[in-house]
Amino acid sequence: MAVNPTTPTLEGDSAWSRWANHHRKWLFAAPAMTFVGALIVFPLAWTVYLSLTDAEGSVRAESEFVGFQNYLEVLSDTDRFWPAVARTVAFTGVALLFEVVLGMAIALLLWRPFKGERWVRVAILMPLVATPVAVGMMWRLIFDPNIGAANQILGWFGIGPQPWLAGQHSALPTTIFIDVWQWTPMVALILLAGLTSLSNEPDEAARVDGANAWQRFWHVTLPLLMPTVIVAILLRGIDALKTFDILYATKGRGGGSYHEVETLNVYAYGLSFDYNKYGISSTVLIIFFLIIIGSMWLLTSRNKKKDAQ
Amino acid sequence: MGRVTPYKVFRAVALTVVVVALVAPLLWMIAASFKTNVDIYDSSKTFVFTPTIDNYTKVLQQANYLQFIGNSLWVAFAATALSLLLGVPAAYSMSRFGMRKSALVVLMARVIPGVSLLVPWYYVFSNLRMVGGFTVLILSHMFVSLPLIVYIMMGFFDGLPLELEESAQVDGLTPIGAFRRITLPLSAPGIATAGILSFIFSWNNFMFALVLSGADTKTLPVAIFDFVGYASIDWGGLMAASTVVTLPIMLIALFVQKYVVSGLTAGATKG
Repeated sequence: MAVNPTTPTLEGDSAWSRWANHHRKWLFAAPAMTFVGALIVFPLAWTVYLSLTDAEGSVRAESEFVGFQNYLEVLSDTDRFWPAVARTVAFTGVALLFEVVLGMAIALLLWRPFKGERWVRVAILMPLVATPVAVGMMWRLIFDPNIGAANQILGWFGIGPQPWLAGQHSALPTTIFIDVWQWTPMVALILLAGLTSLSNEPDEAARVDGANAWQRFWHVTLPLLMPTVIVAILLRGIDALKTFDILYATKGRGGGSYHEVETLNVYAYGLSFDYNKYGISSTVLIIFFLIIIGSMWLLTSRNKKKDAQ
Repeated sequence: MGRVTPYKVFRAVALTVVVVALVAPLLWMIAASFKTNVDIYDSSKTFVFTPTIDNYTKVLQQANYLQFIGNSLWVAFAATALSLLLGVPAAYSMSRFGMRKSALVVLMARVIPGVSLLVPWYYVFSNLRMVGGFTVLILSHMFVSLPLIVYIMMGFFDGLPLELEESAQVDGLTPIGAFRRITLPLSAPGIATAGILSFIFSWNNFMFALVLSGADTKTLPVAIFDFVGYASIDWGGLMAASTVVTLPIMLIALFVQKYVVSGLTAGATKG
């Protein structure tokens, strides 16, 4: 809908105004695009370049182009890199599974109106707006093997104290628990928004046909809700892969003394800012980025295939 | 319809479990912030203890938290305001002119790991001797805020009928005038949602400040670590510090619950 240039206008009939109105599409978008270009696209390109150099130490030091040597080194590193990949995948996969199942359960519980709904919704909002670092510190006290509430509660049931975050093998599951505690509400809210937007008719029709609650959920509601479930998994999955705050808050640098919670993000951070190995860390980051893009692509393309059927 | 059915009983019990599981740990943190370190170590004082505000005096006075609260507020406000200034018109263009490819570039920022930007930023800004200043910190927080605002506002503009702008133009307003006088005022709820969410994300952000802030510019999430020593942890101080960081944001969420929820679930139901 082009504006007729001869239309008399109430304001700003200057040449500048006419030019601005004509080019408003780019005028509006340009500042944001410039910001994104300067602070996101350019740095990303630089990370690709750094991953091909031996940059290390001071940021003013000279670095040399080494080709794909960093990639060979990182991909053959079974000491830190591959365990970090495994932890990242395990952390994200397990946390997502619990968050989606529990989030779905909570969303279904909240679906139909009830008394006191407002207060339950407020309670659900609290963990996910809480500052992740503070949440990490809070659970650090609760899971403290000597003075924490977790072992105290286990004691009431006659169960001996657990090491939780302090244990070499229990640290990762404990951080997964913290992630599930903080982010299940997020998944629940997204799924609830999806449920609320669904029409009641298919559910009613199935009820008339004599389907029980579980059948109606599994065969009617869930398939209709699937696009929202995929969005929830995507949004949450991306953030879960990049989890940093609670891992750093509970276990400190390097994911603990045995690197027991060192995921790719924590590993890359440590390489960059604890060891100043910028070349290697950039390589890890590029591979990490490819993993993220790859898993997103897998999720969305599977979803599209289902739509086409 | 007020009949008590087995499902209603089950639902009440299940929801109580959910609420207790989500809220009890937060209450535990707040309770511990009012205990002395001796009481925290004493399991007989779990529920019954003499509250003290010593931890808070320590946090606010000795630990210099008033300054860090100021830093956090300034960074979150500045990053949000600048992101709104850049993001709202951009989202408008992307929504109205179907610039989906440009939108995709902006939204990529939600996917990129923050560390991969920190390394080049650190390179550039250390050479410019800007690390430790507010400018870099605010710019880095905009990296989170801007895509979030563009994402929320695009969805909002998509749902805003075109007819209003068109009739305003028939009445003699220029397209930009119509945007300023018709579209923007109508977008107030969307802008509030995007602004509140951006503020919360910036306030909670940890990693950028960890690398880019200095002793005078550090924000609250970084300052929390002042209470974690190598040998021992000052639990009372740590819980008071954590409460000081978290409670304001939880109170905001309490009062503007509707906006927070609509922002968090934006775009989730479009499929």
